Amino acid sequence: MSRRAVITGLGIVAPNGIGIDDFWKATTSGQLGIRTIENFDATRYPVSVAGEVPDFDAEGYVGRRLMAQTDRWTWMALAAAQLALTDADLDPTTQDPMSMSVITGSGTGGNEFGQKEIQNLWKDGPRFVGAYQSIAWFYAATTGQLSIKHGVKGHSSVVASDGISGLDALSQAKRFIGRSLDTVITGGTEAPVSAYAIACQLKTGMLSEQDDPALAFRPFAASANGYVPGEGGAILIVEEAEAAARRGAAHTYAEIAGCASTFDAYHFADPDPEGAQLARSMRLALERAGVTADDVDVVFADGAGTLVGDLAEAKAINAVFGGRGTPVPVTVPKSMVGRLYAGSGALDVATAALAMRDGTIPPTVGIDSVADGVDLDLVQDARPATLSTVLVNARGIGGFNASLVLRTPQ
Amino acid sequence: MPRSAVTGIGVVAPGGSTRESFWSFITSGKTATRRVTLFDPTEFRSQIAAECDFDPVAGGLSDRDIRRMDRYVQFASAAAIEAMADSGLDLDTVDHDKMAVAIGSAVGGTKYLEDEYVPASNHGQEWVVDPTYLAPFIYQALTPSSLAAELSMRFRAHGPSVVVSTGCTSGIDSIGYAHQLIQDGEADIVITGAAESPISPISVACFDAIKATSARNDDAAHASRPFDRDRDGFVMGEGSAVLILERLDLAMERGAHIYCEVAGYASRGNAYHMTGLKPDGLEMAAAITDAMTQAQFVPEDVDYINAHGSGTKQNDRHETGAYKQVLGDHAYKTPVSSIKSMIGHSLGAIGSIEMAACALAIDRGVVPPTANYENPDPECDLDYTPNVAREKHVDVALSAGSGFGGFQSAMLFARPKELGG
Repeated sequence: MSRRAVITGLGIVAPNGIGIDDFWKATTSGQLGIRTIENFDATRYPVSVAGEVPDFDAEGYVGRRLMAQTDRWTWMALAAAQLALTDADLDPTTQDPMSMSVITGSGTGGNEFGQKEIQNLWKDGPRFVGAYQSIAWFYAATTGQLSIKHGVKGHSSVVASDGISGLDALSQAKRFIGRSLDTVITGGTEAPVSAYAIACQLKTGMLSEQDDPALAFRPFAASANGYVPGEGGAILIVEEAEAAARRGAAHTYAEIAGCASTFDAYHFADPDPEGAQLARSMRLALERAGVTADDVDVVFADGAGTLVGDLAEAKAINAVFGGRGTPVPVTVPKSMVGRLYAGSGALDVATAALAMRDGTIPPTVGIDSVADGVDLDLVQDARPATLSTVLVNARGIGGFNASLVLRTPQ
Repeated sequence: MPRSAVTGIGVVAPGGSTRESFWSFITSGKTATRRVTLFDPTEFRSQIAAECDFDPVAGGLSDRDIRRMDRYVQFASAAAIEAMADSGLDLDTVDHDKMAVAIGSAVGGTKYLEDEYVPASNHGQEWVVDPTYLAPFIYQALTPSSLAAELSMRFRAHGPSVVVSTGCTSGIDSIGYAHQLIQDGEADIVITGAAESPISPISVACFDAIKATSARNDDAAHASRPFDRDRDGFVMGEGSAVLILERLDLAMERGAHIYCEVAGYASRGNAYHMTGLKPDGLEMAAAITDAMTQAQFVPEDVDYINAHGSGTKQNDRHETGAYKQVLGDHAYKTPVSSIKSMIGHSLGAIGSIEMAACALAIDRGVVPPTANYENPDPECDLDYTPNVAREKHVDVALSAGSGFGGFQSAMLFARPKELGG
């Protein structure tokens, strides 16, 4: 296909930094964004830490009027989109509205907004439910608001596939650009650290109950004891390569060269311990990108943070990369911020794009000793490296797998 | 690019919990709208809905399935079981790596989330809930992705698994997503469609708050009145339709019954307002035109228009304008109908239920009517197929949808040329 999708702008709202500069400085220096939950009093729950975005100036990014109509997850996307457009030096009002699209991944919707309204209903009665519940809570709210704010009229979409939603959104962006669109505002954010939403998450038994933020989320470690949920994510500007060149795009971080998603169909809650379908998604993404395992300079792993999930991913990576002379470096920067559901995949791709820009592999933090059976070149301190091909993995609860290959634009 | 064909259909809808009972119901002109029975609606502005009289056991679900699944997942599972059987596919011989799921829902597991919330929060008294009251599968209700996961699990589909959640166009957009997976070679078989079970206090209350739903509580059977002058809002519905979409050449090779193919699909945004529509219908017209171009159809090719026809003042005017823009004079000669008049508006699910109706209209040569059409509205001046189904040979059916968030989607189903279309 001659129409290629390239990333030209990054907007990041993460627990360890907002905006490219702050986030990248924190991430390369291993700065943790996980803390004792401050959004609500979590002492009643066995889970006490999460990746929260401190000092997020929602009013500055969103404005008071729109804030009242939207949930925190949408605020973060509006902020990230604004940062991404600025980074891309792209003014949507100068583009053909029908040539632009918004595609977001959605995980859990407008949790806090929804809980307030459902509380109004059950405490005070149906007439106390506000008018904005109908547009703030549902999964399409973020795409809808972004399209209105930026005057986007081309084919837009919302995909929900748990932890792979962000990669699925980017995959669909590539699909649409391959067909006809020039510009896609895409990615995902999540705001799952609210009272009822955390209660729903902890029932999976997969959340870390460790109170010390530094010890709570340790993917691939012998002491891995579950994952930490986090909020935030990333919005990326993805453009058709020639259209980006025509408008003189400020920079091109990487080409989205290949995407794939697969499904375990093993168990409705647990991943396949052999990681067979995760291996297949990596192979398919490489094949679609026109590269081989030997070409890959680093893998951004999913990093479940559970022993079973981590072992499955290690097996899958070894199945795909085992034939290489030198092992492929593997990293999990989300060890610093937690698992952001729909935000994770997009944030990992943004992080990978920055890693390619600067030739630096960001570290995985919190690993004292690597778990038995995990035989990987795990990057634990930021490492300089020439990165021209990067593989990003993601998984979601239920059996979702996705992989995406970024390449230095040719 | 490969083409995609509909080879299996399963439906759970108000008035009929199987494909055939659904078809017989919507061609009878009867209505399934009634006073809400799923909860006590006394305190609500709108107290009516179109409910499914659904028996999950008859739908093929086990006790374990039923305990784990929210109502909308049960609908989809039953519809998928029926659709798969209808397709005649042999699950022991298909390539499971090339089988995908793309399914739609606008609001997901709200019913389960709400039912569990009430005791855990002590009727809203406590912000930090007591998790010991919550069901073990509450995470699956929080995340709409569990709908896709359940279907992929059931049929061991190892290809892409995704929920498309674009509000009230989800049910068209999910089939569009499936169609593109087949076009791009990512899958040969896609279990697609949509499901919704929004008849719960919080969803009813939120539409009450913006007066989007009909409050014709004393006359539920006649409350959903698309295109009628006296329409006063939509009536909430629930249900699911699942279609088996297959690569056309492979379906023909195995001798499958082919209802129709996806001839064109497109979507646009109005970038205008989360709930408001401009009367001109420009973006919906742009979506229809794009779909028509993909299909290489001229206006005269369209035999039937399955309208969004939600029964709100603004919607019915908006889409009437869009059809006239795209089809010109032919818009006046084409039967248009809204099955929402009979089975209500099931938000994310309805688009797929309407596409199922389009496939059956092509297959059976009958156009379902718009019920409750009594008083013409000068602003809605097309042939809305009032009250009585019409026999008509249909090769090409157009369906359009419009949703909160500004989504405008259009899809064309057509009898393949190879089969006389």
